[in-house]
Amino acid sequence: MTPSVLHLLGPKFRTRVNRARGDRGRLAKWTILGVVGVAFWLMLFAVIYRMLIHFRGAQGIGDVLAAKLLGLAFLTFFMILLLSNVIASLSTFFLSKDLDLLASAPVDPVRFYGARLGETIVDSSWMVALLSVPILAAYGVMYGGGVAFPVVAVATMLPFLVIPAVVGTLSTLVLVNVFPARRTRDLLALIGLFSAAGVVVLLRVLRPERLMRPDEFRSLVDFVAVLRTPTSAWLPNEWVADSLMGYLGGRFDFLPLLLLWTTAAAFFVFGAWLHQGYYATGFTRAQEGAELRAGRIRSSRLDRLLGRASPRSRALLGKEVRVFFRDATQWSQLILLGVLVAVYVYNIRVLPLHTGEEVSFLLQNAVSFLNLGLAGFVVAAIAARFVFPAISVEGRMLWLLRSSPSSVKSLFWAKYWVGVVPLLAVALPLTVGTNAILKASPFLMVLSVVTMIGITFGLASLALGFGAFFPNFETENAAEIPTSYGGLLFMMAAVVYLGLVVSLEGWPVYLYLSRGLEGAARAPVWPLVLGLSGAAALTMVAIVAPLRLGVRRVEALSHD
Amino acid sequence: MRIVKQEMVDGGSVSSASQRSAMVEIRNLTKRYGGFTAVNGLDLTVPRGTIFGFLGPNGAGKTTTIRMLSGILQPTAGNVVVGGDDMWIVPQIAKRRIGYIPDRPHVYEKLTGMEFLNFVGGLWGVGGEDMEARADRFLQMFELSDWKHELVESYSHGMRQKLLITSAFIHQPELIVVDEPMVGLDPRSARILKDLFRSFADEGGTVFLSSHTLEVVEAVCDEIAIIRSGEIVARGSMAELRQQADAGEAHLEEIFLKVTGGRDVADIVAELVR
Repeated sequence: MTPSVLHLLGPKFRTRVNRARGDRGRLAKWTILGVVGVAFWLMLFAVIYRMLIHFRGAQGIGDVLAAKLLGLAFLTFFMILLLSNVIASLSTFFLSKDLDLLASAPVDPVRFYGARLGETIVDSSWMVALLSVPILAAYGVMYGGGVAFPVVAVATMLPFLVIPAVVGTLSTLVLVNVFPARRTRDLLALIGLFSAAGVVVLLRVLRPERLMRPDEFRSLVDFVAVLRTPTSAWLPNEWVADSLMGYLGGRFDFLPLLLLWTTAAAFFVFGAWLHQGYYATGFTRAQEGAELRAGRIRSSRLDRLLGRASPRSRALLGKEVRVFFRDATQWSQLILLGVLVAVYVYNIRVLPLHTGEEVSFLLQNAVSFLNLGLAGFVVAAIAARFVFPAISVEGRMLWLLRSSPSSVKSLFWAKYWVGVVPLLAVALPLTVGTNAILKASPFLMVLSVVTMIGITFGLASLALGFGAFFPNFETENAAEIPTSYGGLLFMMAAVVYLGLVVSLEGWPVYLYLSRGLEGAARAPVWPLVLGLSGAAALTMVAIVAPLRLGVRRVEALSHD
Repeated sequence: MRIVKQEMVDGGSVSSASQRSAMVEIRNLTKRYGGFTAVNGLDLTVPRGTIFGFLGPNGAGKTTTIRMLSGILQPTAGNVVVGGDDMWIVPQIAKRRIGYIPDRPHVYEKLTGMEFLNFVGGLWGVGGEDMEARADRFLQMFELSDWKHELVESYSHGMRQKLLITSAFIHQPELIVVDEPMVGLDPRSARILKDLFRSFADEGGTVFLSSHTLEVVEAVCDEIAIIRSGEIVARGSMAELRQQADAGEAHLEEIFLKVTGGRDVADIVAELVR
């Protein structure tokens, strides 16, 4: 008797149950997560619902627009799922610690494949699945889908999640087989590059700005023609849109649903067949030791760079930088962040501010000011990726630092600077660049740059502090740490902090600018001084408090 | 060890008729990592009913060999036959015969001891009351009964090791492959384990054991092979090894140092403290 797929999934399931059971303060945790989640859902639902109402107003093409939007949303999901499945399957199929036990057991390869594929789907698709709930709900409510619509939606979503999972796991299988001896570093870099290329291609294929500006088309016929062309009749996202819109429009066609299920089934069989043939070789290759040689040249350059620091700081800083660049799971995320920044800049560029009629001076400046908050959010997201896990990744090595004569404080400082400098390197060009695109006034440019420097220091400190309060010493994968509960709390704190800074500065700046526009002899300076010093004081608190509390917390940790 | 004897009778997985046949046959086993050869054309036959010691300095290729023997790593060349079945032709049948105890064990932290044993039992296709009763007897022997419903994360290193040993015996294997079994065990448990291996072998089971604790190897192993740089440099019973190394009545430690070569230990120490 060979173990079933469910038996193979047992430990993962039980681990989650036991973890939830043994979690002190889980009620508070789940309440916060639930409230945030529901608020987000409602917000997304409202946005989509409003858009659908807007579309319905457009006589004749409203439904086509709605279908197009759904197709585009699912095309984006499909790309995200492909990428996250490649990354998740690297861990579930090749790097997970329990694979030795499973490899030494007489497990049927097809069942093993099924179990791990299931795990990969859950790990990589839960976010997309949750995200699609409010979107589909908005469509269901708008078009009066009734009680059967959720059933149709689930039946459509399930195969849609399976297809990219199989493609993702197969891509990983091929990559692991092609690359010699554990070149995960190259592998992840490649995946990162693919994803960057993928997002650029996606943006080019979608050209979402076109849909919003029908006037750019030569005639209405052209516009409708573009709308009617599917992204590609061979892509599953189109089948999803066809199936759901068909049902909602009262002309349900089984073909798209059939295409989804049969493709998923065929892909699964093909995946299992390839897995049977090539998994053992790939797994063996993935086990073949770590890299033998570390970058020696980079090491000597680093030593020279840190030459003036005290031996202790040099040791800590040197270790931070080396570990970061030698850990592929860490640095490969840089590529993804590059993409995040690129998408942000692209979005600013395509804002319809400088097209057509003249926009008001005030609107232009207000947008540059809002940009500060959004750029701050990008920096917060980067800090969550790199600074937040800093204490967690010390993991079981914390004993070494604790038993050495160097203080926790110096460890914190090393981590802080290693975090702040790259964040500034991203934040400043981002602020200056986007403000230049927006043609902001010199006053706002200077204010933005100064505020951004303060915000970056504050966010880095918040990330490090929260990371110390909610450490995760057990994870195998540093990329998982930011999506933990502590990571969520950090992002919430960061949003609140950014909101406060933007409002503290925003209102007085608005007053100052609008009075200046009205030609008042003297624009009010006091509110401006008050607002700016308030934001500065808040930033000081955001820098000092988390660092102090974090140091105390780590000093109190009795980690074995 | 009464427990194991009873298991052998109950399970009947090892027949006395086949005791003299080979349990493990390793032919020309080779493993290369890029340009580095970890195991180089290894040939070994381990008869049923023996405790076979597999020794070597750090990085000699012991763990790589053991991982190939357990079907975790695919060899670059050569083959491994367990109980007549080739590991890479019929892996599921070959693996069924083996109980593997790794050197760096992974135990699911958030499972209880008993949940873990049930899972491992299921992997080898055994379960139900019989399996649980067997697990209970082992846990009792290792004084782990009171801990079986606690999460593994609360276990000490030695307790995890005992849980893994239990999990390796749970499906009544014919061959136990074990890498560094004594690390973290208290003296009482170490003694129990030695007796367990002995009685398992006396009943026809085979133990393939790799360890740096040479006194243990000398005390329990019927046959020993010493590997260096991926190749076997000495092999035989204690008496045969003494003869091969021309080492008189020496203990295994002296034989090991002599066979694995390098500079004289006394010279190295003298140089270090100078």
